[in-house]
Amino acid sequence: MARALTVVTEERPGHEALSRAFFADSGRAHTVGLCGSPGSGKSSLINRLVAAARAEGRTVAVLAVDPTSAFTGGAFLGDRLRIQEHALDAGVFMRSLATRGMMGGLNATIFAAIHVLEAAGYGRIIVETVGTGQDEVDVAEVVDTVVCVSAPYQGDEFQAMKAGTMEIGDVFAVNKADLPEVERAVAMLKDALSLAPRRDGGWAPRVAPVSALSGLGVPGLCADVEAHRAHLEASGELAGRRRRQLRRELALVIARRLTRDAMDRVTDRHIDMLAGKTSDPVTLGGRLTSGRA
Amino acid sequence: MTPHRILIAKPGLDGHDRGAKVIVRALRDAGFEVIYTGIRQTPEMIAATALQEDVAAVGLSLLSGAHLTLFPRVVDLMKKEGLGSVLVFGGGIIPDEDVAALKKKGVAGVFGPGTPTDDIVAFLRARLDAAPAPTPKRRAAKR
Ligand SMILES: Nc1nc2c(ncn2[C@@H]2O[C@H](COP(=O)(O)OP(=O)(O)OP(=O)(O)O)[C@@H](O)[C@H]2O)c(=O)[nH]1
Ligand SMILES: [Mg+2]
Repeated sequence: MARALTVVTEERPGHEALSRAFFADSGRAHTVGLCGSPGSGKSSLINRLVAAARAEGRTVAVLAVDPTSAFTGGAFLGDRLRIQEHALDAGVFMRSLATRGMMGGLNATIFAAIHVLEAAGYGRIIVETVGTGQDEVDVAEVVDTVVCVSAPYQGDEFQAMKAGTMEIGDVFAVNKADLPEVERAVAMLKDALSLAPRRDGGWAPRVAPVSALSGLGVPGLCADVEAHRAHLEASGELAGRRRRQLRRELALVIARRLTRDAMDRVTDRHIDMLAGKTSDPVTLGGRLTSGRA
Repeated sequence: MTPHRILIAKPGLDGHDRGAKVIVRALRDAGFEVIYTGIRQTPEMIAATALQEDVAAVGLSLLSGAHLTLFPRVVDLMKKEGLGSVLVFGGGIIPDEDVAALKKKGVAGVFGPGTPTDDIVAFLRARLDAAPAPTPKRRAAKR
């Protein structure tokens, strides 16, 4: 399975056939995504969520995404640092992934990776996004339940009004509740959420103070995640979310193919045309993406 | 081609991971994807992680002097996991007379203190780029 993950995430030969085969088994797992600013404690909380799932005898898989450097193409994948205590547990699988140029805090092959894990029988798959904070809307179109992680001292009520995570969270974990000021952070978040229009399906996002460090509030967080999953099923919203995920998955494949095909056709001649102003990026880009250049 | 994935791990009990961090940073800046697991990893944890992360190479960093037992142990466990083709290299305070013994036991590269990080990058490039993992073929039908 580890090798299959590599084939699909690196798009090695045979990845298309594999992805096709794995898709047949897809949609069986409950997928949970954690987003939130860098250092808010996403990985540390995942460590706690994994422990909780294992205590109930469930297997769990983790896909953790960290950013690729735009300058070198390299990446430091450090989420494992916080989760390594489960390294020898055969019921836990973790793979670190780099964004490799994709926006939105995820990796373009994330769906294919999820399908591999589903086919391997993992019923709970946790995805950690890059902690970019305000631009992580993608995760809401990838997983069933979005947990937004924040921590005290991360800004005032106006941060909460900016677009981004506030609109996508199903559960809000205010982490580092062992630090002072956590009550203020929780109150601020609740207040901001109360200004937001109620979303479809009647789910009111939950806000819970937790501490990945001490374990305080972790059972409550787990219960909120389970409650959200139950709500998705009972309300019928799960089917809607799944359709949204499928649309997103299709869009990713299309975007990838179009860019790759078009980029394969770019030659020095095209750059010459731009440099010499005999064409322009809009015209050329249009022709290249429609296969006429 | 996608970047090579490298696991940097610190077996043994010493808690100083500055050396490991320097390597992590240098490899990242050289365009590798580097997974770091922190200090005090058992050989079992390192082998299990190498398997799950499906890395091309594992770098071991050790200051405590237990390299003659710990490094070969990692190599053996990795072989058991079917990871015999994964490159294993090591660094730290390793006396010259131990280098040959480690190499014989399957540690492909041994780097003493003060090795320029460029040497390690060059070593990895030579070993990994030369025998690349099967890279996706550009589509045959290029219009
Ligand atoms: N005091 C306190 N510190 C915490 C808590 N949870 C995490 N931390 C610390 O916060 C830092 C970041 O934790 P991570 O779990 O790596 O955070 P992250 O959100 O995964 O970070 P990125 O992946 O880099 O975005 C670490 O130093 C943790 O030890 C907590 O509940 N209380
Ligand atoms: Mg993290």
